Amino acid sequence: MNKLYTVTVFTENRVGLLNQISIIFTRRCLNIESLSVSPSSIPGIHKFTITVWSDRPTIAKVTKQIEKRIEVLRSFFYTDDELVYQEIALYKVPTEQLLDEKELEKIIRRYNARILEMDRKFTVIEMTGHSDETSALFNDLKKYGILQFVRSGRVAVTKTDEELLNMYLENQEKRLERIEQQCNNQ
Amino acid sequence: MIDEKITGAEALIKSLLAEGVDTVFGYPGGAIIPVYDVLYGYTDKLRHILVRHEQAATHAAQGYARVTGRVGVALVTSGPGATNTITGITDALMDSTPMVVISGQTDSRGLGTDAFQETDVIGITQPVTKWNYQVRRAEDIPWAVSRAFYIASSGRPGPVVLDVTKDAQNGKLDWAYEKCNYIRSYDPDPEISSLAVSEAADLINGAARPLIIAGRGVMISQAENELLALAEKADIPVINTLLGLSTIPSDHRLYKGMAGMHGNIGANVATNACDVLIAVGMRFDDRVTGDCETYARQAKIVHIDIDPSEFNKNIHSHVSILGDAKKVLGQLVGLVGEARHDEWLATFERPDAVEYEKVIRDEVFPTEGMLNMGEVARRVSEASGNKAVLVTDVGQNQMLSSRYFKFSESRSIVTSGGLGTMGFGLPAAIGAKIGAPDRQVCLFVGDGGLQMTVQELGTILEYKVPVKIILLNNNFLGMVRQWQELFYNEHYSQTPMVNPDYVTLCKAYGIPAEDVTDRAGLDDAIRRMLESPTAYLLNVQIKPNNMVFPMIPAGASIDNILLNSNERYN
Repeated sequence: MNKLYTVTVFTENRVGLLNQISIIFTRRCLNIESLSVSPSSIPGIHKFTITVWSDRPTIAKVTKQIEKRIEVLRSFFYTDDELVYQEIALYKVPTEQLLDEKELEKIIRRYNARILEMDRKFTVIEMTGHSDETSALFNDLKKYGILQFVRSGRVAVTKTDEELLNMYLENQEKRLERIEQQCNNQ
Repeated sequence: MIDEKITGAEALIKSLLAEGVDTVFGYPGGAIIPVYDVLYGYTDKLRHILVRHEQAATHAAQGYARVTGRVGVALVTSGPGATNTITGITDALMDSTPMVVISGQTDSRGLGTDAFQETDVIGITQPVTKWNYQVRRAEDIPWAVSRAFYIASSGRPGPVVLDVTKDAQNGKLDWAYEKCNYIRSYDPDPEISSLAVSEAADLINGAARPLIIAGRGVMISQAENELLALAEKADIPVINTLLGLSTIPSDHRLYKGMAGMHGNIGANVATNACDVLIAVGMRFDDRVTGDCETYARQAKIVHIDIDPSEFNKNIHSHVSILGDAKKVLGQLVGLVGEARHDEWLATFERPDAVEYEKVIRDEVFPTEGMLNMGEVARRVSEASGNKAVLVTDVGQNQMLSSRYFKFSESRSIVTSGGLGTMGFGLPAAIGAKIGAPDRQVCLFVGDGGLQMTVQELGTILEYKVPVKIILLNNNFLGMVRQWQELFYNEHYSQTPMVNPDYVTLCKAYGIPAEDVTDRAGLDDAIRRMLESPTAYLLNVQIKPNNMVFPMIPAGASIDNILLNSNERYN
């Protein structure tokens, strides 16, 4: 059954990894729903967060094929209930409308959105939330004329206690020590 | 250790030497001239084989790698030089062949500007390489080469592309070389789960009808002795994938043939009758499994592989053991008990008898009519004492020579399995002979495949490579013709082929050749070919409607076996 899965990928910081990862989805005709890439909390390691509609067996295989790339450290997949996640959306609306319509202010309050910037011509509203929430605000703002709308890829943290990546890195440290010891013995 | 400043091009050659490379297959061009200039002074240490097309450089490197187990190296220029290698690179990825392809590239300042012979080689080869890297600075060359060889040859081997810009070749660096033995994000020799091994041993010890299917991974990890030890101790029949052929001697009492679409009946039937299937160094390719939904459903499956992404990809396994096959099998041998499975082994007799009666006798031992591919393959194999390296092209020639060739030592098959590359055979045979000069190397090739890379006769001429070419000539693209006859209403669409006079063609290249048209002259011709110190070609006229049977139709269950056009095995 198709579900929205969140795939996280930890990689070394090298050119070309985005392409290497994305073509694995392309091969299986999986359309990437959202994508966000940034340096992780560990220096030199990048984190990809990818959402994609798929079924469990497929996404499990895709994750393993991503991990097979030499410069990928680890890759994991999650369903929404295993994550705390968020997206950010920006809405540009005409300021004139904002001043004339009392309703608009209420809408902004109701969605816990905020005004980032305002000038004579336009106002930029920001909202963070899940995509259904940012979409709901979009629908409510539509009648006032949205000049521009943009939504980020998902960012997510897991609900689990252990940091699987840290465990992996510790194991690799030990592996390096073993290899160095072997070299010294020879 | 720092000596003095040298150019990147020289560092490249010195790095290859540091990796123990003795042979490079290549073709020069503008963006790689600096490397060829350095090579000029190193020809006593590094032999360069000038192929006639870059695709052939990769196939020759593959042939070399497959018989030696070492990394094959191809050296080409940018643009078309690099794009011509794509087929060989893809082939090497599919068949887990260690290869390093070094391509020249435009000066780094010209990258992205559509400079002359500039191509995005990294972008193009990303889906078909194990790893690739663009070297833009001379000082990165030793690092990149050591990493390339480490990645290509370790774990599940595969092709690596190094794209070296011209300014990196011309730049200067302090020479120092350190062999790569660790990459944080890549563990080619993972620790073996003793729990998984003991679970597998329990399954084997409890099995009444165990079966081993051994693939190329056994060869790669040099686990032939361990495989045999396990099979003999627990009395387990062994079947091979196409690429796993020769990992166990053909005449061993436990060897039960090849699995898959054109494999042996007994091997396929047993797969769907065994209670424990031990799959070693193989990946459940669709040509092996047929319909996955009906493949070995009755069996508990133990899958041993070095690539975790192969577990549960096509076939679900009950126990997956990640690790080097030699180590895993070595541990298993210690844990399994001695056993006898006489009754189970006896079940192979019936399918073997039917296969002999319905297929083999007419294919291999006919008394009249035109020659068959199978009989030619068997004759050549026997004339070589079953010791030759079998190199094949793709199609009927491949299937029939693989079926009827016999093997007495490992690393004796070089064939394009996963990608099925026509044109692979001739250059791969050249590479194989150069890699194993003391072995007889016999190429079986069709008239279609030979013409795809026929320019390599020039390489044979120049380097006097004594490969034995058995051209199974039926003036047809035979395998497609077979499908057209069986499944496409005998519409022989674009499969009949008009051929040149191959004996005359070989004459132009100085290669002795003869036409073989009848059974009476076959053995003598084979003897002349094998005894000749030079390359030799036999143009064997084959019956045009020679077909490969048994056959499991694509996507069918592996016990749905055609014995001929009209009969099924049951």
